[in-house]
Amino acid sequence: MTDATSENAPYAFVRTETLQQESAPLSVAGPLAWIRGNLFSSPLNAILTLLCVWLVIDTVPGMVRFYILDAVWSGTNRDACLADKVGRPVGACWAYIADRTQYFIYGSYPVAERWRVNIVFVMFALGVVWLLWNKMPLKKVGLFFFFVILPASAFILLLGGPRAESFLRFLIIVTFALAVLHLVLSFVPGLMKYWVGEGQLAVEEAMPAWKRFYRPKRLILLSLVVFGLIAVLADSIGLPRVDTGLWGGMTVTFLIAAVGIVFSLPLGVILALGRRSKLPIIQLLSVIFIEFVRGVPLITVLFMANTMLPLFVPQEYSPDRLLRPLIGVALFAAAYMAEVIRGGLQAMPKGQYEGAMSLGLGYWQMMRLIILPQALRIVIPGIVNTFIGLFKDTTLVTIVGIFDFLRTIEATLVDPTWATPTTRATGYAFAAIFYFLCCWGMSRYSISVEKRLAAGQRR
Amino acid sequence: MSNPQQERAKASLFYDPKIRGYVYQAALVAVVVFLIWSAASNAIENLRAQKIASGFGFWHNAAGFDINQKLIPFSASGGSTYGDAFIVGLLNTLLVAGLGIVLATFLGFFVGVARLSNNWVISKLAMIYVEVIRNIPLLLQLFFWYNAVLKPLPNPRDSIKLPTGALLNNRGLYVPDPQLGPGGSLIVWTFLIGIVASIIFRAWARKQQEATGKQYPIGLVALGLIIVLPLLVYFATGRPVSFIYPELAGFNLRGGIQIFPEFVALLVGLTTYTAGFIAEVVRAGILAVSRGQSEAAHALGLRSGPTLKLVIIPQAMRVIIPPLTSNYLNLTKNSSLAVAIGYPDLVQVFTGTVLNQTGQAVEVVAITMAVYLTISLVTSLFMNIYNKRMALVER
Repeated sequence: MTDATSENAPYAFVRTETLQQESAPLSVAGPLAWIRGNLFSSPLNAILTLLCVWLVIDTVPGMVRFYILDAVWSGTNRDACLADKVGRPVGACWAYIADRTQYFIYGSYPVAERWRVNIVFVMFALGVVWLLWNKMPLKKVGLFFFFVILPASAFILLLGGPRAESFLRFLIIVTFALAVLHLVLSFVPGLMKYWVGEGQLAVEEAMPAWKRFYRPKRLILLSLVVFGLIAVLADSIGLPRVDTGLWGGMTVTFLIAAVGIVFSLPLGVILALGRRSKLPIIQLLSVIFIEFVRGVPLITVLFMANTMLPLFVPQEYSPDRLLRPLIGVALFAAAYMAEVIRGGLQAMPKGQYEGAMSLGLGYWQMMRLIILPQALRIVIPGIVNTFIGLFKDTTLVTIVGIFDFLRTIEATLVDPTWATPTTRATGYAFAAIFYFLCCWGMSRYSISVEKRLAAGQRR
Repeated sequence: MSNPQQERAKASLFYDPKIRGYVYQAALVAVVVFLIWSAASNAIENLRAQKIASGFGFWHNAAGFDINQKLIPFSASGGSTYGDAFIVGLLNTLLVAGLGIVLATFLGFFVGVARLSNNWVISKLAMIYVEVIRNIPLLLQLFFWYNAVLKPLPNPRDSIKLPTGALLNNRGLYVPDPQLGPGGSLIVWTFLIGIVASIIFRAWARKQQEATGKQYPIGLVALGLIIVLPLLVYFATGRPVSFIYPELAGFNLRGGIQIFPEFVALLVGLTTYTAGFIAEVVRAGILAVSRGQSEAAHALGLRSGPTLKLVIIPQAMRVIIPPLTSNYLNLTKNSSLAVAIGYPDLVQVFTGTVLNQTGQAVEVVAITMAVYLTISLVTSLFMNIYNKRMALVER
């Protein structure tokens, strides 16, 4: 090493400006290093990588060719998808899906009445977005809409006929009576103490009357509007009865899933509370129900609903063929939901219970106002997961003869109009895409909720 | 409620939580008893109206149907009863569930570890596998395996010839049927003794390692005992095993062992489906082991293989076992989907055929449910015992 001092300055080279920063050598950074580190870090890894790459090259181009490049996109019958008729190798027969879409969505629901299904679909979508999208206002109204108004409206709209209409009339009378009752109570302050609790009385009385009427009664107004609209529809266009035997396709799949969630959630809450109850008989019965249902396959529950339910009720009340699996699925899902909710209840710190009790709240008030809102919030991902399972399990109603989405696909596969060598592969791919998108979307949602809820834990 | 005496003095009987509790429970019991009573009385009436017998008398009646896959002799002409059909179905369920559990565990562990691999291609492929498999209903997958993969295979006349003389066609997989000649049973015995001996050796080697720190080549010794030794006996006794090869006779194949496509479809479907879930369980378990553990192992000079085997997996198992148990139970319960593709499991044979023939819905469904409940309870019992053995013991 040479000293760069003043004596030997002429021989020394002293750099005066800073060097430009160089990029890291290729062996440490950049695509090559990435490839080396991530793909060929050891001989074993290299072999595995090559094997996987070979697997991908072996399968993916074939699938792309079959499902996209060679696929047939339009046509009216099987001739469009036969190789010798078209004169080229034929892949997936999407023309068959396009031709049968209506059947896949509505099943055998009469064509003239399908607008009713569409209204239910729109309401369902509205309810789902309302509840699941974080930024939507009035979540409680949304809950009421999804869990009370939607089921009632869907029943009336989908079934139709005199029975549904009398049910609608009954609902309208009830909501109207509630509205009148409330009107009277809001404008006659002397009666209010029978309606509002002691603690709230002062707050309520301080408000102007119209506000008093408007504030908590959105639910009644909402029900009146929705039921009124349905009544107008029924009156002007008419809702002839569509027998449940004609329902099918995605309608039924969504119906079963929705009934499953609408009934299993409250039932699950009750069962979970029962399981954690201090009263031994209530606890025992809850445990027996939950463990029994969780210990048997859904199929046997469906068989039981299908064959035994009609035996257990008087002949004249024998449940509808579609109703039986609905009951089975709801009970089955309730047991799983109960365990998820129990997890949430167990995660509540004891201080929350003690705090609620120290405020003088009774059991139900404590649960409704303090414990359940927090517990349910924690287990939203678990609830969504249970729901994904439930959604996949709706396919099992196929086995007891209900025409759900999967069954409609199976049914079209044996139909000679579209019987080609590639129809089956196309139909299954379509079903797989449908279920995948639904379930994957839900699981993404549950992950995003999990992240949002964990925001408080992040540092 | 710090002073119960005072409390009781103030509150009326109506507000006493104890009394209320009794009232609630009595009301619940009354409702449940009423429901059961009315259901039972309705059922009796309905059954009488439909002229269906009740009771378990049908158990010994002759079954008028045949089952293709059976582990015990069963035939309609041979005077087999509904009870025999039940046992055939139960054994088939246990067979497919047991095999499925073993295969799904292997595949699931492999995929779960692969998802955490630092090899980008492998981890991404594992991720795609898990996402696709878990988000598609099992029933659809079974239809796919059965109707789209196995059904389009050629008919017996132009079977696909596999190495070792096995034939594959749309009636299933036909493998050569081994026949033991004189001295052949010796091979089987050697094989069994080899398994027992290697288990004993493994226990002994573990104990030795704990006492002295010396490691023994367990894998190699087991390989020698289980595979090489029977092979030696095989040659020493003059190769007494002969095979009956499947061959075409008329429109069907004769000879060999037939493995039915329904069985294969169900097994493949259950295995791949459950493996997707097990992979996630395994991944979560491995991620639950703190990073410091693997860093410490590396610092001790362990390579990544032994680190995984000796440090990570044993600790991860504590997290893995409980959800793994539920997955085993789910697999067993899901095997009931066999009914959709016609594999003669318990549900298909008993709740399907027997129920249709006898009409005794209550008894048949009750028996089926009781069986699944028993399987569930027994499995969780064993897994809980295993879990207790593996659980972290803290001072």
